Amino acid sequence: MKKHTIVALMQDQPGALNRAVSLFRRRGYNIASLAVGHSETPGISRMTLVVESDDVEQVVKQLYRLIDVVKVSDVTDDPTVDREMALTKVHTTSATRAEIATLADIFDAKVVDVSTNTMIIEMTGTPAKVDNFVEVMRPFGIKEMMRTGRIAMVRGTNTHRGAEYVESNGHVATGAVLN
Amino acid sequence: MSEEKTGAQIMCEALIREGVEVMFGIPGGAIMPFYFAMWEYRDQLRHVLCRHEQGAGHAAEGYARSTGKVGVCIGTSGPGATNLVTPIADAMMDSTPLVAITGQVSSAVLGKDAFQETDITGITMPITKHNYLVKRIEDLPWVFKEAFHIASTGRPGPVLIDITKDAQQARMVPDWDVKLNLPGYKPNYQGNRKQVREAIRLLMSACKPLIMVGNGVIMSGATEELRALAERTGIPVITTLHGIGAFPEDHPLSIGMPGMHGWVHVNRAIQECDVLLNIGGRFDDRVTGKASTFAPNARVIHIDIDPSEIGKNVKVTVPIVGDARMVISALLEEMPDRSELATLHSHASDWMEHIREMQATHQHKQQYIARPDVPMYLPPHDVYAALTRIVNQHGNYRIVTDVGQHQMWAAQLIDWHRPRTHITSGGAGTMGFAVPAAMGAAIAHPDETIWAICGDGGFQMTNQELATIVQEGIKNVKVAIINNGYLGMVRQWQELFENKRYSGTPLSGPDFARLAEAYGVRGITVEHTDEVADAINTAYEYDGSVVIDFRVEREVNVFPMVPQGKSIGDMITESPIV
Repeated sequence: MKKHTIVALMQDQPGALNRAVSLFRRRGYNIASLAVGHSETPGISRMTLVVESDDVEQVVKQLYRLIDVVKVSDVTDDPTVDREMALTKVHTTSATRAEIATLADIFDAKVVDVSTNTMIIEMTGTPAKVDNFVEVMRPFGIKEMMRTGRIAMVRGTNTHRGAEYVESNGHVATGAVLN
Repeated sequence: MSEEKTGAQIMCEALIREGVEVMFGIPGGAIMPFYFAMWEYRDQLRHVLCRHEQGAGHAAEGYARSTGKVGVCIGTSGPGATNLVTPIADAMMDSTPLVAITGQVSSAVLGKDAFQETDITGITMPITKHNYLVKRIEDLPWVFKEAFHIASTGRPGPVLIDITKDAQQARMVPDWDVKLNLPGYKPNYQGNRKQVREAIRLLMSACKPLIMVGNGVIMSGATEELRALAERTGIPVITTLHGIGAFPEDHPLSIGMPGMHGWVHVNRAIQECDVLLNIGGRFDDRVTGKASTFAPNARVIHIDIDPSEIGKNVKVTVPIVGDARMVISALLEEMPDRSELATLHSHASDWMEHIREMQATHQHKQQYIARPDVPMYLPPHDVYAALTRIVNQHGNYRIVTDVGQHQMWAAQLIDWHRPRTHITSGGAGTMGFAVPAAMGAAIAHPDETIWAICGDGGFQMTNQELATIVQEGIKNVKVAIINNGYLGMVRQWQELFENKRYSGTPLSGPDFARLAEAYGVRGITVEHTDEVADAINTAYEYDGSVVIDFRVEREVNVFPMVPQGKSIGDMITESPIV
């Protein structure tokens, strides 16, 4: 099955995320990752969702149908910048501390917390690079890990801006219309 | 104007502003402030007290389906709200404009398992077009405005508004100057002109074209435009279960209903056609049979207001997203002159001749109405033959059907002429729909006769609304029970595919005529064919609602039929032909 990266803009309302995610549940699709946060436009949040499926076209159309959803794109085949962040708490000893710090440096990661026998490392990169980093850390003993899930943005002048759908008064928009 | 109002008063005024005249519901703890306020507005807002929230929901649906206006139903929190779930799901499947209002526990205890608390917005999320949980009085004006806008525009559907008790009780000076803030909701009504021209090009190239119409034509009020399109092009017209009434069945271009219990010649025509223009239908599996074998030779033009319907079940060559009426008008505007249509006309006319030949070879409606050969004391077909004759003599009627064999017979055997006269639960297939939905339609159309046709199974699910009919003084509901003592459609499948293992289908019931009399409506029992017409005429003459218990032959099947999972080309009929 193909992994699809879907970017959606939606109104920042209670229930909006629930409704969007529910559509995938209804079809029995497992969501591999999900990242949601504010977009550049007040009142519009932006979601990046990674889902494994051979047929997402119908779900994308159904996402459009949700009242809260302003814009949806399947950017899987577009040139995108993809990033993910991971916080990893690694077991350390006086013997391994320096080696871990050097490895973190090689990955452009930052040591953000140190204790007598742990270190938290903040790592940002493509999901593949994060995978690599996690594998390199694993032999030292990963005590805790949290990954944000992928966020994606299409390269170049094409934009997915919430402002395109919201008028200056913050009200009714020109709209995302298929056809 | 700047008077302080309670949230409940604001709700009533919002409903009046939206043009609501009647609401169907049942009060309870969390919705009491709304009912308290409703008393003040009773001259403008009629409240119909139902006996079960499911009845209230279906009544609102019947009101909506017969008028095109938004139906409104009300329940309290918890069980009141969950009882509305079935009609809400039904309205979602059949694109019925509905606003459901539910009371919710106070915001202070929300989420704490308070008495009669249920997360109804969570429950109804997948079965509403949209829903709202209102916890603050100041949100009421815009939420009501948005809810009615969403329910009634684009592809209509149900919207639920769940309002906490404290929001109903709070006070403020309402600000009615609210704007719709729906950046993600912009239904596309105008079809793309380029696609419209592409559709015409395809139609012009067709040798065996068909027009198939669904609920979208009725909801957009496109019957006149459809007729013009059919007559201009000479293309035969198929009406799906929900498209019944969109095109008069006595029109020379009407060929009938497709699908699982459609006519053989209609399904054969679909399998043979080379261009299929579907207007406002969603290629439901009861229409297509096995979708991969549906219309194998056809290039499909699909007009639908909901982009997510296009390409969902059937591959589409020319998609047009838009309102049926506007897109048909665009097709008519872009259509070439009569002279250039001569080739299409000539092909369509040969094609029609071929379809009529198939119709003559296979079951024809008129033959089918005739009494089956096996001797029976009351074949259901005799009831329908009398009904279609007598209701069409009287005119001014609507017929609401329930779900099952009687529903398919009604679709097949009654002559349908006008939009919104055939009202049924199609997508959801909700038994118990007919009696309350007929009540809703009867309130909307007090000068018409509203027939509810149901089976003895469906009737027993919601017949408590007869009490509502009596309390409200509703005189124009006439119920025809096609009583065969079985859950007949399931029994038919058991007979045909499960070697007559009648598991869970034999069904007893009370004496329905006496039950009706106990409720205070007229009850009539019919056991023989020669009593049928008299009973129907008596129902017309009687000044009040009536229940007729037609005790029909028990094991009669609906034919023709496409077995589950089969191609619509593989129909089975009683006749050895086919």
